[in-house]
Amino acid sequence: MVPLSWYIVLSAIVFSIGMFGFLVRRNLIIIFLSIELMLNAVNISLVAFSHYLQSINGQILVFFVITVAAAEAAIGLAILIAFYRNKPTVEADEINLLKG
Amino acid sequence: MKYVLIPLLPLIAFAINILFGRKYIKDKAHWVSVPAVIMSFILAVGAFMDVKAGKVININLYDWIVSGNFNVTIGFLIDRLTVVMLLVVTSISSLIFIYSVGYMRGDKGYYRFFAYLSLFVFSMLILVMANNFLLLYFGWEAVGLCSYFLIGFWFDRKSAANAGKKAFVVNRFGDFGFGLGIILIFLTFGSLEYLQVFPGAHSIVGQTLNIFGHEVDTITVICLLLFCGAVGKSAQIPLHVWLPDAMEGPTPVSALIHAATMVTAGVFMVARCNPLFVLSPVAMNTVAVVGGVTAIFAATIALVQNDIKRVIAYSTVSQLGYMFLALGMGAFSAAIFHLYTHAYFKALLFLASGSVIHALHHAKHDDEQNMQKMGGLRKYMPITYLVFILATLSITGIPGLAGFFSKDEILWRAYMGGNLGKFLWFLGTTAALLTAFYSWRLIYMTFHGKFRGTQESERHLRESSPVITVPLMFLAVGAVAAGWVGIPPLFMEHGDRIGAFLAPVLGHSEGHGTHAEEFMVLGASIAVALGGWFIAHRMYIKRPELPQKIMDKFQPVHRLLFNKYWVDELYDKTIVQPLLKGSEKVILGIVDAKIIEGVVNGVPALIGAFSRRLRRIQTGIFSYYGLVMALGALIIIGTMIFLK
Repeated sequence: MVPLSWYIVLSAIVFSIGMFGFLVRRNLIIIFLSIELMLNAVNISLVAFSHYLQSINGQILVFFVITVAAAEAAIGLAILIAFYRNKPTVEADEINLLKG
Repeated sequence: MKYVLIPLLPLIAFAINILFGRKYIKDKAHWVSVPAVIMSFILAVGAFMDVKAGKVININLYDWIVSGNFNVTIGFLIDRLTVVMLLVVTSISSLIFIYSVGYMRGDKGYYRFFAYLSLFVFSMLILVMANNFLLLYFGWEAVGLCSYFLIGFWFDRKSAANAGKKAFVVNRFGDFGFGLGIILIFLTFGSLEYLQVFPGAHSIVGQTLNIFGHEVDTITVICLLLFCGAVGKSAQIPLHVWLPDAMEGPTPVSALIHAATMVTAGVFMVARCNPLFVLSPVAMNTVAVVGGVTAIFAATIALVQNDIKRVIAYSTVSQLGYMFLALGMGAFSAAIFHLYTHAYFKALLFLASGSVIHALHHAKHDDEQNMQKMGGLRKYMPITYLVFILATLSITGIPGLAGFFSKDEILWRAYMGGNLGKFLWFLGTTAALLTAFYSWRLIYMTFHGKFRGTQESERHLRESSPVITVPLMFLAVGAVAAGWVGIPPLFMEHGDRIGAFLAPVLGHSEGHGTHAEEFMVLGASIAVALGGWFIAHRMYIKRPELPQKIMDKFQPVHRLLFNKYWVDELYDKTIVQPLLKGSEKVILGIVDAKIIEGVVNGVPALIGAFSRRLRRIQTGIFSYYGLVMALGALIIIGTMIFLK
């Protein structure tokens, strides 16, 4: 039986990787993937706790997170494509039209 | 309470005309206003009957301002003084309204004219019906506002717009004092209701007020401040300058201002406040002297003016002087009596001169108000001529007509008033001589001799239409018969019915004079009336070259009078110009340029400077925001863990 702490540690590691990618990478697609990683890290901990506490609530929440993540990915990619048509780049630093 | 309708009907007429006049009513505006004011007149007659039967109506309709111990209601007091004023105002206004239908026909502001006219009458009715000082003040100011609208009615003429402004601003000077007087009344009596202030007036005799270290009698200060307002509104020296300029308005407006509404307000107010005034000899003497001096001052100016309406305007100022003279001598009912007779003959003079102007206007005469370009009109306008003669006989005080009784009453009261009274009587009698002269001069220059315009215009001269001449005839009846309610006891026992009627409100003015003296005063009045007539006849009919000769001989005097003692110029130099210059420097140079523009430009500059700093944090770098967000999350989690 794998103890709970391992799941937590795995979740923390995946979250940190996602966070790191979100902060350092410039490519918007990679940034999106990083966000997905963070969301899934949260999912891991939710399922783990759900199992540990023998409560279904955590798993229900996971479905919500997956749904939100799917919606976010769809909208994010749509924005990305719309942006790409205006300016042929996916570099985050190039998106600075609103810079003060 | 049907008497509420007396002021309400003209107000409704105003509202209907001003709201719907432009699009829907247009040239049918008189169908709204004329019936309204005639209904008011009928109701006023009803009120007169009620009051005559001994009723005094005092009702509060509505709590207007309630604040601590400061309570003001909208309420009406209808007593004997009020009903006399109501009758004068509504009857004269009705006739003027009917006259205006003919006079203003075809004017593009027809509906506007009737709207303002109705509002004017409403304001005046509120003024005379108020039962407290604040409502009186409301009516007072509203009357001033309407005069501004109506004097400047033809606002596309610069002179008319200026005259409107002048009337308003000059009135403001007087109203400032009036306002202060009302405040002082409230501070002294703790109330603004007539029926609480007047009975309490005796208790403050001797009370003093500290003004800049001087102890002054409170009641004198109150009366002088109130009188200040009356001086402005009733065009007494030194605030008379607006009234002659008010001639820029249409003639019915002049008649309304001079006869029924507006200028009589000052006389009414002083008469209304007679319980206060009688307690202050200083104020009474001031009123009397201002009145007497104005009477003769304005009469001298009228001697040489050539504008037909201007002569009559100065005549009004002079006649108002008589009224104040009477008020100051304590003959309140004589003043109201003169106000009432004057309303008829002065309205008649104005409307008749309006008829002349109207006829000349239609004859395409170029200078339609200049008497030097008139002459010989009696042939073409017999009705106007006849009523003009009647009004003139009345104003000059020919026995039997209205003006004779009231003017004689005033002069007789003045004569009995001690040394000051004798002096004022002398001024008044001299002014009566001048009045007779300039009135007949006006008639001779306008109606007698040869027409001095072009032949083309002469062919088009015609008598005015019945809508104009019928009101004139009604007024002529008033100008002749209005005085018959005040026949002095000398001729008829109990003849002074109006004096007796007003006595409960205005008191008996007792006098001690012998019959011989009374006959002397009477004789003097008649002598000057006939004397003035004779001189005018001699100068303008018998020897028409004489006026020019006299003018050449007394050039400086003529210039002085013709330029109205340069009072306008004096005010221009001492008040208007310094104010303009000062405003340019202070208001424009400092307040506007520095303070207002400083604030207007300073606030955005400040915000701009702040935002310039603030927007540095909006880098637009994506991962920078992410970092801040992550750090924020870390800090929150950290504090949650460590502060547990």
